[in-house]
Amino acid sequence: MNAHVVFDKVVKRYDDIDILRHFSFSVDKGEKVVLIGASGSGKSTVLRILMTLEKIQGGEVYIDDERLWHEGTDGSLRPASEAHLRKMRTKVGMVFQQFNLFPHMTAMRNVVEAPVRVLKMPRDEAEARARELLERVGLAERMHAYPAQLSGGQQQRVAIARALAMRPEVMLFDEPTSALDPEMVGEVLSVIRELAEEGDLTMLIATHEMRFARDVSDRICFLNLGQVLEEGPPEQVLGNPREERTQLFLRSLLEEDKQA
Amino acid sequence: MNAIDIFTNLLQGLQMTVELTVLSSAIGALLAFVFGVGKTSHIWPVRVISIAYVEIFRGTSLIVQLFWLYYALPLLGISLNPFVAGTAALALNIGAYGSEVVRGALLAVPKGQSEASLALGFNSMQRLIRIMLPQAVPEMMPTFTNLAIQNLKDSAIVSLISLSDLTYYANNLQNLTFQTVRIYTVTLFMYFVLALALSWALGVLERYLRRWKPLVR
Amino acid sequence: MLFGIHWDASGTAIHFALSILPILLIGLKVTVEATILGFILALLLGLILAMLRSVRFKVVSWPAWFLIEFLRDTPLLVQLFFLFYVLPLYGITLPALLIGILGLGGQYSAYCAEVYRGGIEAIGTGQWEAARALDLDRFTTYKDIILPQAIPRIVPSLGTYLVSMIKDAPLLSAISVLDMVAASTIIGDQTYNYLVPLSMVGILFLLTTLVVSFLVHKLDHKLPKTGIPMK
Repeated sequence: MNAHVVFDKVVKRYDDIDILRHFSFSVDKGEKVVLIGASGSGKSTVLRILMTLEKIQGGEVYIDDERLWHEGTDGSLRPASEAHLRKMRTKVGMVFQQFNLFPHMTAMRNVVEAPVRVLKMPRDEAEARARELLERVGLAERMHAYPAQLSGGQQQRVAIARALAMRPEVMLFDEPTSALDPEMVGEVLSVIRELAEEGDLTMLIATHEMRFARDVSDRICFLNLGQVLEEGPPEQVLGNPREERTQLFLRSLLEEDKQA
Repeated sequence: MNAIDIFTNLLQGLQMTVELTVLSSAIGALLAFVFGVGKTSHIWPVRVISIAYVEIFRGTSLIVQLFWLYYALPLLGISLNPFVAGTAALALNIGAYGSEVVRGALLAVPKGQSEASLALGFNSMQRLIRIMLPQAVPEMMPTFTNLAIQNLKDSAIVSLISLSDLTYYANNLQNLTFQTVRIYTVTLFMYFVLALALSWALGVLERYLRRWKPLVR
Repeated sequence: MLFGIHWDASGTAIHFALSILPILLIGLKVTVEATILGFILALLLGLILAMLRSVRFKVVSWPAWFLIEFLRDTPLLVQLFFLFYVLPLYGITLPALLIGILGLGGQYSAYCAEVYRGGIEAIGTGQWEAARALDLDRFTTYKDIILPQAIPRIVPSLGTYLVSMIKDAPLLSAISVLDMVAASTIIGDQTYNYLVPLSMVGILFLLTTLVVSFLVHKLDHKLPKTGIPMK
């Protein structure tokens, strides 16, 4: 099986509202998938479930053929323990819309802290790696700055370096540029674009930036009311969508762009 | 006796008062952290004990707590000397009030911080101590400063169990020389100056810790 | 014997406890009396202090500010000793309870003054400007516009101070007021059993503060957040 991540009939309910209903979805190793859809469509929820930030009420999620939310053999399954979840979490990294950098630590410390405390990496090794990553995202000279001294775009780039420092197999991006002022969107998107081009990292991105989506993705999924309504290569979904709702959604984004 | 002489006479009591205040505030802060976190614990015995501690020490009078520790506890076999009893009563009292401040400040830390640290693989102890608490501390400082000053004022109570603090010395001096107005006026001013000094010192600490404040967008 | 009631330390702890309960309750009555009167004094004096502090002449506002800070930052116990020993020297002999009430009212008037100030400042300048535009004079503005809006805001804080005063009231025992705590130490001194009386006092306090907190809570709920309705 080449599938890296599999959602199998996942149900996610919040209060009385079904956000995901029998949601099935898979991502292959090294694939770059972009999720698009209106707010409330479930795209953030999909990422958050994979990152174990949200629990599910039905179905299962598999990473590398291993169950995320349950452990044990098929004969005797029990809900995942904290230890199991922590083990699975190391395979997934996430970049948040609000960056969520630790304000009481410098950029360098932000990137170094988790590898040192969680992976038990020796500090100089972690710092060397951090320097490398910060250079890669173009922030080597600001590595001793605190988040308050960095612009939004710079903070998000540090956040990307921080997530990469843990060497995840799957990288999640939850609307990485939605909280940024327009002039800074480009610098973050180009970092993500480079990441996608270099390699074999499996990436799952939720975004509104259609041009970026077209450049970066192998496949685009349009989510509507908690289900995948349409998916396929970017030229098809964006250029020639089959479903009417997809067309309506894409048209509404164009309207927004015109008004902006 | 003029004011200067009175002041010199009271200095030893001043030292005791300062020691008491600093020690009990430090221990109280520790208790505040422990029980402030304990109140939000998922383990219900921890939560129950924390809630009980807070309700008891916030709902009863400090003087009763002090007398209980000093006079009643010996009947259960534990005899505390006045200094220990005084420090304990003050610490337990300020710890109970402080724990509510800690709890509130922890809740005020943006949810994204605990999510980001979870995503990076930190366990819950690491999340609490390395990420959440440092960001909660700046939020707590103003109220902690008020509590510390309250603690300073409350420390006068230990004179009632014959611990030689500033108030005790003042009362003694009053008994000896009957220069009532001068003695108590000097004493009140000494407490006032101490309160201002404490407020200033904690203000400096607060400004230093402000760098840990969560970013507001 | 205390307050004319005998206690019986001979039997079981429960028996002892029940026999001293009436004594402690009488002491509680003294505490409650002192608190209520002290609090009323604090509310009134606090209002005066707050008004003096907001006067435009620094000659008046600065001493008022200093007095508020001084009362707030010095121990109530020492203030009580001061009043207790100093007043007779000037020919003012008052019963200890009254001195205690003065002391409580004094320190807490400083707290109340700050609460009043905070409550009034929290009302946006927009209200003042609107009143100005309608040509209302200062007095009417306060009476009909500002105070009805300020009062619901300050009730929770004042309530907290009321509960706080209940817990400070036992300090009066140090200036020879025979309240609940004084009674329990006397009983303890004479029976060598401090555990029962002090524990009971603790429980009685807990109950009292719970009841008062509950009443304040209910009052807070009854007052609409937007202000006391005026027809």
